[in-house]
Amino acid sequence: MESTALLQKVTAGMAFRGTPASLLSSSSASSHVARIKLGSRSVIRVSRLSGLTVKATHLNAYGFGTMPHNSTALKTVNKAVAVKTETGSTATAQQGHELLLFEALREGLEEEMERDPTVCVIGEDVGHYGGSYKVTKGMAEKFGDLRLLDTPIAENSFTGMAIGAAMTGLRPIVEGMNMGFLLLAFNQIANNCGMLHYTSGGQFTIPIVIRGPGGVGKQLGAEHSQRLESYFQSVPGLQMVACSTPYNAKGLMKAAIRSENPVILFEHVLLYNLKERIPDEEYVLCLEEAELVRPGQDITILTYSRMRHHVLQAVKTLVSKGYDPEVIDIRSLKPFDLFAIGNSVKKTHKVLIVEECMRTGGIGASLRAAIMENFFDELDAPIGCLSSQDVPTPYAGPLEDLTVVQPPQIVFAVEQLCKH
Amino acid sequence: MGWPRSIVGALQRLNQRGLAERGDLFLSISREYTLQRSVPGERHGYILRSFGANAYRSEAQERKSSIPVEIPVPYQLHKLSEGPPQHTQTTQDELMKYYRDMALIRRMEITADILFKSQQIRGFCHLYDGQEAVAVGLVEALTDDDSIITAYRDHGLYLARGGTLFECFSELMGKRTGCSGGKGGSMHLYNVKKRFYGGWGIVGTSAPLGAGLSFAHKYLNKKSVAVAIYGDGAANQGQIYEAKNLAALWDLPLILLVENNHFGMGTAEWRASKQITFYDRVHYIPGLKIDGMDVFAVREAICYAKEHCMSGKGPIVVECDTYRYHGHSMSDPGSTYRTHDEIKGIRQERDPINHVRKLILKEGFATADDLKSMDKEIRKEVEEAAAKAKEAPQPAKDALFAHIYKNDAALQFHGFVR
Repeated sequence: MESTALLQKVTAGMAFRGTPASLLSSSSASSHVARIKLGSRSVIRVSRLSGLTVKATHLNAYGFGTMPHNSTALKTVNKAVAVKTETGSTATAQQGHELLLFEALREGLEEEMERDPTVCVIGEDVGHYGGSYKVTKGMAEKFGDLRLLDTPIAENSFTGMAIGAAMTGLRPIVEGMNMGFLLLAFNQIANNCGMLHYTSGGQFTIPIVIRGPGGVGKQLGAEHSQRLESYFQSVPGLQMVACSTPYNAKGLMKAAIRSENPVILFEHVLLYNLKERIPDEEYVLCLEEAELVRPGQDITILTYSRMRHHVLQAVKTLVSKGYDPEVIDIRSLKPFDLFAIGNSVKKTHKVLIVEECMRTGGIGASLRAAIMENFFDELDAPIGCLSSQDVPTPYAGPLEDLTVVQPPQIVFAVEQLCKH
Repeated sequence: MGWPRSIVGALQRLNQRGLAERGDLFLSISREYTLQRSVPGERHGYILRSFGANAYRSEAQERKSSIPVEIPVPYQLHKLSEGPPQHTQTTQDELMKYYRDMALIRRMEITADILFKSQQIRGFCHLYDGQEAVAVGLVEALTDDDSIITAYRDHGLYLARGGTLFECFSELMGKRTGCSGGKGGSMHLYNVKKRFYGGWGIVGTSAPLGAGLSFAHKYLNKKSVAVAIYGDGAANQGQIYEAKNLAALWDLPLILLVENNHFGMGTAEWRASKQITFYDRVHYIPGLKIDGMDVFAVREAICYAKEHCMSGKGPIVVECDTYRYHGHSMSDPGSTYRTHDEIKGIRQERDPINHVRKLILKEGFATADDLKSMDKEIRKEVEEAAAKAKEAPQPAKDALFAHIYKNDAALQFHGFVR
C-alpha cells in the first residue's frame, strides 16, 4: 500500500529522533513480530524490523493509546474502560468510590455549586443537553437554567459576558466545547480577563474558570485538536492547570472555582473515560503544585495531561530494563512549580520533558528555559524535550499518531539521556 | 434587600463562611433559577414615571419651585409606541449642578490637553469635551446600584460617576495616587465603589462585558441596570451583535448607549457603516435616538430606558447624537476629516454647557458674572488638582509585580519561579 510506503519513508526519516521505524504494524511486519503477554491487560509487540526494541501497541486500561489501524491481531482487550476484577468483599473494604474523569469533574462542580450560589456554568449545550462530554449532565434539572446557562454559539461575547459577571461578584465557569473555539474569545481572555486586576490597580478580581477539552484526540481534525496552553502561557494574570486523572480533575476543578484569579483548566478529549478510585471526603488540591507520580533516581520526566499516561506506559518498559525514572505531573502550567521540579532535578540531574504542545513555543519550550536558567549547575545532560510535531494535526490515523509523542520514543529518549 | 451594598465584598466574605449563613443569599437568587422570558406585548409590573435618584428629585421638584424645560429635538423611536416626554422639570439647584459638573469635565479635558502637549501625560489620551451632557445626564438618571461600563473615552464618565480630579490626573500622569495605581493609564479608569467598570482599550468590548454586568444583576435579583457605552465606530463589531442577542434572549436589564459622535477616529460614519443609524440596527431590540448635547434629553431617555429594562422587557438601545471637539485622541488633530467651520458651528449652536447656561440666565438663577466666577473657580480647582497630581510620587518598583494575581504573597511570582 502506498500509504504504508509513505509512512515508512516518514518514519525512516524520523529514525534519528528515536521513532521506531514501524510505528504501524503492517502485515508485512507481522512475520517479525513476537507477542509477549504481560499481565492480564496488556500485550507488547516486539518488532525486529528496525533494530529498535519495543513498540507498544496495546489498548491499555484507559482505552486509548496507539491503535494500529491495519493490525489484525489486536483483540486482547476490548473494553475501553478497565474491567473491575475485584470481588464484592474487597470492593467494600476499599475506601472511596470509583468514577470516570468526567464524573469526577461533575462531582467537583456540583459540590462547588451547592456550596456557593454565585457559581454558575456558562457555555454551549451545558444545560439541557448535559454537556458535549457529559460533564454537566443532570445538573440543569438540579440547579436550573440560570445556573447552567445554555448560550448561543458566540464564544467572544459569552466569555466577555462571563468576565463582566465575574467583575460584579459572580463566579462563572466558562465551558468551551472544545478549547480551540476559545481562540475566538482570545481578546476577552487575554486583554480583559488576564489584565484587569493589574490595570485597575487591584480594584477588580475576575474569579472565573475557563475550562474545556483540548489536545489531540482520535482523528478529530486539525481545528479540533489544538493545544491552547502554548498561546495563553504568556498572558500575565492567568493561571493555567491541566488535569490528568479523576483525582486531580476533581481537586483542581474545586481549587480553580475557589481561586480569586482567572484559571484556565485544560482537560483532554481522550481522558474523559479514565476510571479511578477517589476519596469520599471532600478535598481540594493546590493549583500551583506539581504531583509526584513515581519517585525515582535516574532521570526526571516532566509531563502533564495525556502525556502522563504515555509516560507511565513507557515507564513500565523502562523499569523492566532496569531504569528508575522519576515521573512528575507538573499540573500547573502557569506558574510552574519550580520548587518541586528543582528538588527533583537536584536528585536526578537529568530532565526529560514530555508534552503534547508543538515543539515551537510550547509549554516544554518555556519549561526548558526556566529549568536551564535556574538549575543549570545541577544538570548532567541537556534537557530533553519531546513535543508534538509542528504540523496541523492530520486526520488520517497513522499520521495523527506520528504527530504526538509515543511511549517508544520516550523510552528511547530516556535511554539516550541516561548515557550521560 | 437585606445585604450590604458592596456586593463584591459581601460575597467574598460569604465565601469564607459556611453554607448555613448562605441561606439568605440562596433565597435572593432568582427563585426557580429559571430565566423568565417576557412574552412580547405583555407588561410586567407597573411603570414608575421616575426611577431611582430621579424619583427623589422629582418629589423635591414638586415642592420647590420647578421650572419647565422643553426638549426641542424630537426622539426617533424604533419598535416603541411612545417615547420619553419632550419636556421635563428642573430646579435651580439642578441647573447649577449640571452646569458645574459639565464645566468641570470640560475644564478637566482642556487641562489634560495641555498636560499631554507638555508630555506629562503620555501614550493615548482620548478627550471627552463636547460630550459632557451624555455623562452628566446618564449619571443623573441612574442610582449607585446601577453599573456603567464604557470604552477608552472615559475621563468624563469617571468624573461624573464620583471620581476625584486628583485621582484622575494622577492616573493620567502615571502616579501612585491614581485610581488604578498608575498602572492603567488614560484608558483604564475604574471606580469599583461607584460601580464604574471602566475604561477598556479594545473597541466594542464594553457590550459583552456590559451584558455580563446585567446578567449578574439579574442573577442576584437586583433592581438595577447596566449601561454599556460604545461609539458609532464600535457599532460594527461582531461582539456587539452577539451581546445584543444574548441580552435580548435572556431579557437582561441592559441599556446599550451609543455615543454617536459621527466619526470613528478619522472615518465618518457614512464611510464605515452601511446603515448610519445605530438605534435600530437590530429589529428585536427597541431603540431611541436622542439629542446627546441636551442633558435633559439624556436624563429623560435614560430614565425611560431604565423603566423599560426594569419592567422585564429586556435590553434597549439609546443612541445619543453628540459631538467631540477634539480629535479622536491627542495624536489626531481632528481637522483632516472635518472642517473647522463644522466644529465651530456645533460649538455655537449645540454646546451642552451653553444650553444650560442659557437656561440659567433666562430664569435669572445667576448672572453672567456669577457664571464667569464659577468658571474661574472650577479652573482653579482643576489646575490645583493637576499640580497636586504632578507632585505625587511615581509607583514604587515593586508595584511592577503587584496585582498580577490576587493573594500575591502566596505566589512569589517573578517570571516562572515559584
